[in-house]
Amino acid sequence: MKASVWLMGLAVAGMLAACSKNDAFEDVNNVDLNNQTAGAVAGTAGDPTSPVYFQQAVGDRVFFLVDQSTLNDDARTTLDAQASWLLQNTDYVATIEGHADEQGTREYNVALGERRANAAREYLISRGVAGNRLKIVSYGKERPVEICSVESCYAKNRRAVTVLAAGLTG
Amino acid sequence: MMRLVQSFLIAAVTALILPLAGYAQGPLRIEITDGVIEPLPYAVPDFVPASPAAAEYGKSLARVVASDLSGTGLFREIPASAHVSTVSDFGAPVQFADWKTINAQALITGAVSLSGDRLTVQFRVYDVFSGAEIGSGLQFAGTTDGWRRMAHKVADTVYARLTGESAYFDSRVVFVSETGPKNDRAKRLAIMDYDGANVQYLTDSTALVLAPRFSPSGDRVLYTSYETGFPRIYVMDVGRAQRKVLDTQEGSMSFAPRFSPDGNTVVFSQAQGGNTDIYALNLASGQRIRLTNAPSIETAPSFSPDGSQIVFESDRSGGQQLYIMPASGGEARRISSGAGRYGTPVWSPRGDLIAFTKQNKGRFHIGVMRTDGTGERLLTASFLDEGPTWAPNGRVIMFTRESQGADGRATLYSVDVSGRNLKPVSTPDGASDPAWSPLQR
Repeated sequence: MKASVWLMGLAVAGMLAACSKNDAFEDVNNVDLNNQTAGAVAGTAGDPTSPVYFQQAVGDRVFFLVDQSTLNDDARTTLDAQASWLLQNTDYVATIEGHADEQGTREYNVALGERRANAAREYLISRGVAGNRLKIVSYGKERPVEICSVESCYAKNRRAVTVLAAGLTG
Repeated sequence: MMRLVQSFLIAAVTALILPLAGYAQGPLRIEITDGVIEPLPYAVPDFVPASPAAAEYGKSLARVVASDLSGTGLFREIPASAHVSTVSDFGAPVQFADWKTINAQALITGAVSLSGDRLTVQFRVYDVFSGAEIGSGLQFAGTTDGWRRMAHKVADTVYARLTGESAYFDSRVVFVSETGPKNDRAKRLAIMDYDGANVQYLTDSTALVLAPRFSPSGDRVLYTSYETGFPRIYVMDVGRAQRKVLDTQEGSMSFAPRFSPDGNTVVFSQAQGGNTDIYALNLASGQRIRLTNAPSIETAPSFSPDGSQIVFESDRSGGQQLYIMPASGGEARRISSGAGRYGTPVWSPRGDLIAFTKQNKGRFHIGVMRTDGTGERLLTASFLDEGPTWAPNGRVIMFTRESQGADGRATLYSVDVSGRNLKPVSTPDGASDPAWSPLQR
């Protein structure tokens, strides 16, 4: 599995492979999500229970100001919708990936990304999502989605992305 | 009195001890404390081969010695095309007049013999103007595949004799080799000679890897890998390319590891619940101690050479700043005080300075300050410089420079602690996160 596919938060199928070594996800490693091939998000946007709906209609990511991990109104609105979706679609667990822009040192950005991912996770928990459904990981500045070196790109890279995986069984 | 050499140095900032004819023997010596503006001219003719089969080694050895010495910016080679005499017999008296004519201050002569796959290298260093040998002749022997190391050892000896300081040529650098665009970058661990030769890859690029660090003896490397999907610290035996995960806390993210000077302890950062703190792990006992306990980000710990203190970065005051605490944890004192943000502190192997990354007004700098925070000097400036590492003698710093924009690429650079001699280090692909090894034995 190519790392970049799932790291960009686009592939639920990819996420399964990526999480294969993480104990909380062990039960679900073999779930085949709608026979999707790697690189595509499972389901269709028309199906409100599908990961692609979550990604596109609900919104899978929230953004942060420079050096901040505070959730603004837009972020809370998005996370409210994510929480509602997760509460209705209990078959899914999620890993929240925290990211930073390139304007910072490597180690600090790993720590900062963790702060951001944790802020999103705490908010989802405050809205009723069970903590054991939500993992976090930080990529620091290692996985930008936008590659220009100006604020318009940086703003999109300072993010926390909620990546779904087929969830807790039983 | 102060003969020609003086004109090559800045009299105001460099002291120069010169032997005078008829006086007690004193060495040709350059003082490198404040950086040398005019490098000292020297000649290093091809080493004299004992047989035709050794001739190529004789040329190559001399070339690597010259590359090492001239690469410091402290020495300038007078090319063979300007030589008026050749050295064809290592044992014969040196024709000093011929080297004075071309103004070579120092002369390095050598001989090389080849027996099977075994090379023997002999060399001498002369102060041309006093006509005296500096130190005495030395001999290194080894297998032919180690010929570059033998050249580095020759250059290390010459450097030490001419500067009075230990050198750094027979050393290696572990780093992260980078390929692919910014939004799909593949990274793998690599190791090379300090000058970019002999690159070997230690991991494949299936998992993101960050910030390798050498053990004090150079046999092991700590690094952070995402191979489980989460950042964890690994320790690799460089010789065997075997690695194991460090016993940090399961379910947390751990990164920014560094060895203690005795190699028995690893300090690192652990992030959990939105908070990053610094921990120490005793490798023998497995005991883990929390060294900081604050709601802010504490990371990038680096030991003092005597192992008694740790410098680290924290944003407890709002932005990233540098702090020093006892190696056992406890109260920390802030040492950075200028404008901007300070990160990635690294204690100099000499103990006198701390190198850091500074971010100010949208620019990045590599800088140094004394351990009490005074004497801050910025050595570089660019769109993105970060992650300094010290040469084993504390005179040179290597770091990552990343260029701007969609085609941005990471390159290794080195710079003298004086701020002079900034130059890229050649690597096959993009490269970041260098860590300099100790001198090899």
